[in-house]
Parts: sequence; structure tokens; C-alpha cells
Amino acid sequence: MTGRKHLLGLEELTAKDIESILDTARSFKEVLERPIPKVPTLRGKTVANLFFEPSTRTRISFELAEKRLSADTVSFSASGSSVSKGESLKDTARNIEAMQIDMIVIRHQASGAPHFLARSLNCSVINAGDGMHEHPTQGLLDIFTIREYKKRVEGLRVVIVGDIAHSRVARSNIWGLSKLGAKVVVCGPWTLMPLEVERLGVEVTSSIEDALKGADVVNVLRIQLERQEGSLFPTLREYARCFGITRERLSVAKDDVLVMHPGPMNRGVEIAQDVADGPFSVILEQVSNGVAVRMAVLYLLSGLEAGDKLE
Amino acid sequence: MSEDGKLLLRSGRVIDPSSGLDARMDVLISGDKIELLAERIEVNAGMRVLELEGKLVVPGLVDMHVHLREPGREDEETIGSGGAAAARGGFTSIACMANTQPPIDTSGMVRYVLETAARTSPVKVFSVAAATVGLGGERMAEIMDLRDAGAVAVSDDGNFVGNSEVARRVMEYTRMAGLPFISHCEDPYLGKGGVMNEGYWSTTLGLKGIPAASEAAAVAREIVLAELTLARVHIAHVSTRAAVDLIRQAKKRGLSVTAEATPHHLVLSDKAVSGYDTSTKMNPPLRSEEDREAVVEGLRDGTIDVIASDHAPHCEEEKDVEFDEAAFGVIGLETTVGVVMTFLVSKGLLSLSQAIAALTLAPASVLGIKAGKMASGLTADITVIDPQLEWTVDPRSFASRSRNTPFKGWTLVGKAIVTVVDGKIVRQA
Ligand SMILES: [Zn+2]
Ligand SMILES: [Zn+2]
Repeated sequence: MTGRKHLLGLEELTAKDIESILDTARSFKEVLERPIPKVPTLRGKTVANLFFEPSTRTRISFELAEKRLSADTVSFSASGSSVSKGESLKDTARNIEAMQIDMIVIRHQASGAPHFLARSLNCSVINAGDGMHEHPTQGLLDIFTIREYKKRVEGLRVVIVGDIAHSRVARSNIWGLSKLGAKVVVCGPWTLMPLEVERLGVEVTSSIEDALKGADVVNVLRIQLERQEGSLFPTLREYARCFGITRERLSVAKDDVLVMHPGPMNRGVEIAQDVADGPFSVILEQVSNGVAVRMAVLYLLSGLEAGDKLE
Repeated sequence: MSEDGKLLLRSGRVIDPSSGLDARMDVLISGDKIELLAERIEVNAGMRVLELEGKLVVPGLVDMHVHLREPGREDEETIGSGGAAAARGGFTSIACMANTQPPIDTSGMVRYVLETAARTSPVKVFSVAAATVGLGGERMAEIMDLRDAGAVAVSDDGNFVGNSEVARRVMEYTRMAGLPFISHCEDPYLGKGGVMNEGYWSTTLGLKGIPAASEAAAVAREIVLAELTLARVHIAHVSTRAAVDLIRQAKKRGLSVTAEATPHHLVLSDKAVSGYDTSTKMNPPLRSEEDREAVVEGLRDGTIDVIASDHAPHCEEEKDVEFDEAAFGVIGLETTVGVVMTFLVSKGLLSLSQAIAALTLAPASVLGIKAGKMASGLTADITVIDPQLEWTVDPRSFASRSRNTPFKGWTLVGKAIVTVVDGKIVRQA
């Protein structure tokens, strides 16, 4: 991670980069367990959170991470429709430039929007989810959680189920997990499977039974209800019947399988109620780990030397 | 006629694919005509002489597919600035597409284009008129009238005529009018909302894809209708292997189908989109490496007849945005010769005479215009190319009003240095 200025995606990180973020996140997780979970590490730094697409969860997680590091923060949210024209992103960027901000966290509906900002600004840019491209901090917190439970990533069979085509979470997971040596399997209906996805180094199947066989981890993606019913899959009912993760289906996975979900969940659609709340689920753990991972990313991109000031 | 006004192009390598000529020769221009081509022509007093040892002297290049944006978006290009860009690129004749605002769908609009060109463009501008009213794809435009006003082809370029019944009637009318129908082949449903080729790179970049099948499906329909109507159909900007295969078969069956490819589809693949550079966003999109190779092969074996730039100027505001929001299209008039020379001729993929034919004779014959040949008695539209000239693409120096080229910063070898239109030098580097 040293020498990097931006976190745009996991595709461009090395296994070493990813491991250094995960190791740093572990120290921050300890910080979060202290009675006063706050360090002065980023005191004097200003972070702007630009959310062009609503995401309560990710936004709160970043804001919390920034506050735990004592950074000054400003937040901007705008609905996608009111700023759908590109000028406003460019103008917003120029304004931020003028306000001497050190880091930008951006969530945007257009793939590549963070790259666009990174090209035009001097500050660090952290991708908090861009279109259908990547959601690197989500990928990192997923991998962090897996590593915490399994003590390793290499050699694990990790199954990602659902709408792979439109999922930035899937892409970040695929890049990150493959770099660390996991076997990644993607599963979903062919209508939700991006073309040539096997060239990312994953196994592809539309059979949920085949996918789950011997799985160490199942990462269940959210189905966008409104958008896709009728054109990309016939009905939610049928989707749930063919691809929903149920207890019964999980019986072919490893005994200690982990069930993950980036949230928010459609219970009874992509994930059964009793699985979501069941013994294999680490869904809430993912949420807590998100703060530690985002602290690590902010810290490592702030230009501070590794080991510095992390008190 | 006095010796004044005569121009002697001396000792260049003269290539005219229409007659198979390729020899070191002199070319004498008198007034607006080529007076003589000969091994050695005496220099007389008053003649202007250009010493062209080592340079290529070829028929004036023809770009049958450009967008000039006038009327409507004169900030991006005008007939005058597009004409100036063409002159710099070595083109003496260009044909402009109808998707202006308002579109060129009436005889009055055709006359407006031709009259504006006569006043403002240093090169010849031919008008391609709309096939349907307002490029709407539903009501046939007055194709006979458009022809009588001077249109050389009919096209809704930018849109595919999705209604097959309308397309059939348009083809029947173009056949009657003796004009080619130029088709922008893209199934309107497949890949709707897409911004790049669908494949490995769209998957990696998370951008919505346009499948290669959207082109092939449309090409297949045009071929079927060409067979039904016996119209002359020209497939614009072929970008996929499947389309090349379909056109190859259609030609074998003797149908009147011709095709063009652009320099960007011939040398770039969708890998160029990585990094979200909006100057790689175009329609049809840059395709896979396999598609690119098939398009090159199509040009080599004659399946694809023409190289055309699909010069599509856009202002910076329309390109300096997120990839999803950016306008489709790239400019090409000033880079076509360099790109073709550097990546097709120098690499041995295309012979010099094949390349020149694709830039002269072939487009002129598709449009049925008097251009693309060099012989005594013909109009003196001539381009001189320095095949050794190395240059770096700097869009700031372009005559075009727009800068949206994917070749910015590239080093090219080969450039047009003199452009002669009607016997007059309109551009000399
Ligand atoms: Zn077109
Ligand atoms: Zn066009």
C-alpha cells in the first residue's frame, strides 16, 4: 500500500498491498475495542464524503472511521437524478480542490467516476462504490472477515451468488480473493452473468448445487428488486426458488461454511430468514469490520509512514 | 492558355489504383485539370514546381463518412472547419452525414449544405441526406427530391432504421433514385444503454456492454433486404467479425453490398477503454482484439471496400465527464492517413495501393462521384503524402474545432503534405 495515493479498486492492488491493509485493519479493530475508541492519527486532515448515490450503510461506516481517526469531515449527498449530468461532478471536484481537502471518499452511479476525479484532482480519492465497477472497501471487509474466521484465504472455495453482472461487490471480491489465492466460484442465472467473466479467473456455474458443494464461504448478493424483475429474471418468486440460499441448500457446503451478505438483505429472496440469522451468518460482523478496514485505508492513504502515530 | 497557373508535381511516386499506375512520374496541372502525366515533363517559365522526390502523389483522398455538425452545433464543427480539417488530412472530397440539427432531410437542407460548402470549405463537400424524416425511422424522406438537390447517398447514420418495412421501402426508393443506402447497423434493443463493447473489458470495468451481435443482427437484415430490393447497400463502420463474415457471404452471392471500416476500429480494441478515457467511447464501440483482426482481414481480402473516418466532433464539455455520460464519437480527418500508413501499410497488412484505393477509388465509386482517379483530362484533385514524415498527434494543432481523438500523443509515420483541389493548392504543410 505504500506509495499509493488512491484506492480506486482491488484490481490494481497486489496481494501484498491487500495484506498490509488487512493487517493494519486488525490493529484498528483493537482500537475500536478500547473504552475510548478514538486515536488522533488523522488530526488536521480533512476528508470529504461525496455520496452521489444513496448508501446509508457505507456512508455511516466511512464517517465513523474518519471520526475514530480524528479527521475533520464534510459530507455531501445528492441524489443521482438531480446531478446526472457530468458538469456537476467536475464542478464539485473543482470546488473541493479550492477548499484544500486532503481526501475524498466518493460513491457514484457511474463506473469510473472515482478515476475521473483522481485524474483531475490532487487529493487522494477513495472509491466507495462506482456503478457496476468496484466497491473495494466492501471487498476488503469481506476478505478481512473471512480471514478472521478461517485464518487464511488461500485455498478456500468462495462462492458468490446472485447478480454478478451488475455487482461492484462481486468484482472487488473476485479481484481481492483471487490475488490472495482463493478459488472463487460465481453462480447465478445467465442473464445476470457478465460476458467472459471466466477470464477474471473464476469458475462459473448456473447450478447452485454445484456451486455450493464444498464451499467454505458463500457471499450472497442483493437482488435489485424493482429494476430487474421481468427482463433479467422472470419473477422474484422463481428467483428465490432457483437461487435463494436456504439451510437445505447449504447442507452440501463445508460444515463450518460462512454466510456473508453486503446488505441490505431481501429476506426470503436471495437469502432465507433462518440463514440470515443462523449460526453460519457473519453478516453483522462484516458491518463492524467495515469501520476498521476503512480506518486502515484512510490511514494508509494519508501519507503517514507505516507504524507512525497509530497509538 | 499561358504557362501561368500551371503546377508541376515533379518526380513523385505516382500511385493510381484505378489504372494500376505506380511509377516515378511528373504530373502537370493546368487550370483545374490534370494536363499530363509523364515520366519527364519540361519545366517552362511561369510553372510552379514542387519537387516531390520520395513523396507519394495519389488521387485526392475521399472520406465518405464525416459529421460536420452544421447547422446546429457550430461550436463543435462547421462545414468550413471540417473542410479545413479534411484539407489538412489530405482529403479533397468528403461526404457529410445528415444528423445535424435540424437534420438534412429536405432538398432545401441539401442545398444549404452544398451552398455553405461552396462558400466556406476548401475541399469538396458532398451531402448524404436522411433516409427518413427527422431521422425518425418511420416516414420516408423525399428521396427523389433529395437526389435532385444533389444528395449522393441516403442514410439515417447515428440511427438504425429499426422498422424493417420502412427500411425496405427506403431501399426500393434509393434503388430507383440510383443512390446507395448507407446503413448504421445496430439492433436498437440489443445493448440498449450500452457504452462500450460487451466482453471481458466491460465486465472488468463495470460498464454496460453493447454485444457484437447487435451489429451482426442488423447487418443480416440489411443483406436480406438488399436481396429483396436489389438496392445498393453500404454498411457503415463495420466493427465485428460476424458482420465481416456476413458481408463476405453477401458479396459471394453477388449482392450489391459494400462496406467501410474506420481507422480506430482497425487499430484499437476495447482494451483501450480501460482507464475510462472518454476519447475511446464511440459507436459502434471499439471491439475485441479478435473482431479487430477480422476487420483488418476483411479490408485485406476486399470484403471491406472503404476506409472512412466517421469523423465525429464533440466539444470538451461533452467528453470531460464520467464515461457513462460522455458523448459517443471521435474525430479522424487529420489522423486517418497517419494511422493507416503507420499501422496497416508499414506493418505489411495492406499494400500501399490497396490502402490508397480504400481512400480514393472505392469511396468515390460507392458514392458515384467524380473523384478518386488520376489521369490526363480529369479534374486535378490530388494529394501528396510524405510516407516518411514522423509526427506526433497534437489535437491542439488541429483545424477541426474539436479535440476528441484517441490517438492524442501517438507518434505516426506518414502524413499528407500537399492537398490540391481543382488544381489549386488548398493546403501545404
Ligand atoms: Zn454511424
Ligand atoms: Zn457516423
